[in-house]
Amino acid sequence: MTTLIDLVNVTDWLNATDWPGATTWLLANAAVAVLLDRPAMVLLIVVLVLLLMAWGMGNYLKKRPEADVNMALVKSFNRRVQAWLIMYLILGATFLAGSSRIPAVILFFGVSFWALREFMTLTPTTSADHRALFWVFFVFTPLQYLLVGFGHRDYELLGLVINPGRIFITWIPIFAFLFIPARIAFAGDHKRYLERTAKIQVGLIICVYALSHAPALLDLEYIAAEGKVWEGGNAGVLFFFIIVVQMSEVFQFVWTRLLGKRIIAPAINSNRTWEGLVGGMLTSTVLGTALFWVTPFNPIQAAAMALILSIMGFAGSMTMSAVKRDRGVEDYGTLVEGHVGVLDRFDSICFAAPIFYHVTRFFFTNAG
Amino acid sequence: MRITTATLALLAKLISGATVRWVDCQPDTCQRVYFANHTSHLDVLLIWSSLPADVRQLTRPVAAQDYWESGIIRRFLAKQFNALLIDRREIKVHQSPIDLMIREIGNTDSLIVFPEGGRNTDPEMKEFKSGLYYLSKKRPDLELVPVYIENLNRVLPRGEFLPVPLLSSVKFGPPIWLETKEPKTHFLTRAREAVRSLKDV
Repeated sequence: MTTLIDLVNVTDWLNATDWPGATTWLLANAAVAVLLDRPAMVLLIVVLVLLLMAWGMGNYLKKRPEADVNMALVKSFNRRVQAWLIMYLILGATFLAGSSRIPAVILFFGVSFWALREFMTLTPTTSADHRALFWVFFVFTPLQYLLVGFGHRDYELLGLVINPGRIFITWIPIFAFLFIPARIAFAGDHKRYLERTAKIQVGLIICVYALSHAPALLDLEYIAAEGKVWEGGNAGVLFFFIIVVQMSEVFQFVWTRLLGKRIIAPAINSNRTWEGLVGGMLTSTVLGTALFWVTPFNPIQAAAMALILSIMGFAGSMTMSAVKRDRGVEDYGTLVEGHVGVLDRFDSICFAAPIFYHVTRFFFTNAG
Repeated sequence: MRITTATLALLAKLISGATVRWVDCQPDTCQRVYFANHTSHLDVLLIWSSLPADVRQLTRPVAAQDYWESGIIRRFLAKQFNALLIDRREIKVHQSPIDLMIREIGNTDSLIVFPEGGRNTDPEMKEFKSGLYYLSKKRPDLELVPVYIENLNRVLPRGEFLPVPLLSSVKFGPPIWLETKEPKTHFLTRAREAVRSLKDV
């Protein structure tokens, strides 16, 4: 359900003062949706309670004697739970702070920026790439999230009507994609040119472009299964997406521990098995079906979506593992003293986000 | 004054995304000479801001006067860091930089020096200049702490003025001293190796 906030007084005041037009357009056109409706809030609370319980359990296990528990496993479990707890708390706070998408967009911008930092740090760029990197960090990345923030509505700019929600789809894969190799060519260092260019492009696409589709989910006007406008809050769709992708990783891990025999690619990641993949897919499909009530999907559609998310998430972590092996590191956070990096936490989300965005947009909105 | 320096230190850490590691060495307010590889103008800021606040107050970076006295911002920064500026162009025998350093630090302060002499653009470190040797010959009580800075040359390469926010790291290694009657070249090679070996830690 979309409600328009009464901004007449604000816009009148803004028009009276001689402000730059952009602010006025933004406020005049901002349709603020109720993002966190009752089901989404219930889900958020359930997730937080479960995570707190997991956190308590992790702390209990940490104090047990070393012989009883696998300490490395407990540590990695605790780190993961803590990271998720922080993420859901921040995400929840951004939705409770107001019914605006903007805090969530800023949050994901921060994640993208940090993930890009980690990616580029491991990428062997030369000093000739410096200016191109500057563009990547300070022009393309902020503008991408600015476009997502402005969202799917028409703004008037210099007498033209523009729709940032359409531009954000092409901004990086076309404009940035072509700009980067050209800028590097102008810098004049031809050694490993193609490799350097490609690595910067891949980093930008995965860390920024792909991930920016997650907050963009908040901006769609969903059509429910029967062709009616969906009445729910968009935060539910984002929660569904994140929970299914993350839990799918956990399920894959558990199934691998229980049954895992056939490793998919030992040289890439020795923890990923076919049993884990299939088990994870099936279990997360069940989970997705059980969560259909926070989304515009019916149970069968929710199952299909969860299946897609599980596969994409898996593909994401496999791909990022391959990049890590190529660079000869264990984790993206290696430079950050033994910590697992932001990119290690978000690799599967990065991969699943654009696919989920486009599938829902194609089948569950009028935007097509 | 204190708030400004704390803010500057935080800013330097944010820009460089630096992780700080003390390898077989602990932060201490005893008199030390931190000697590091030099690849970027940010080096001095980064080492200085990596130190705990109480150590930082007693530590003076040795820097080139011609660079840090040109322009208001640099002069302001140099003042905040309490930098010990050395005139690279006019090194006189009776007014040698070593004597100046020893006079300035007295019995309390520590120094940050870059024995390579200038910023290095090659992957391999340059040979060390002899300053470190003469410094420890006159003050053999100073602890010489090797420091290895990684990736900062990519944050701000030579000739660029806008930093890119890549992640860098600073490693402090175990202190070394000048052995009695140790020859100059032997000592300088050993010092250089102390910095270089931190790369693989």
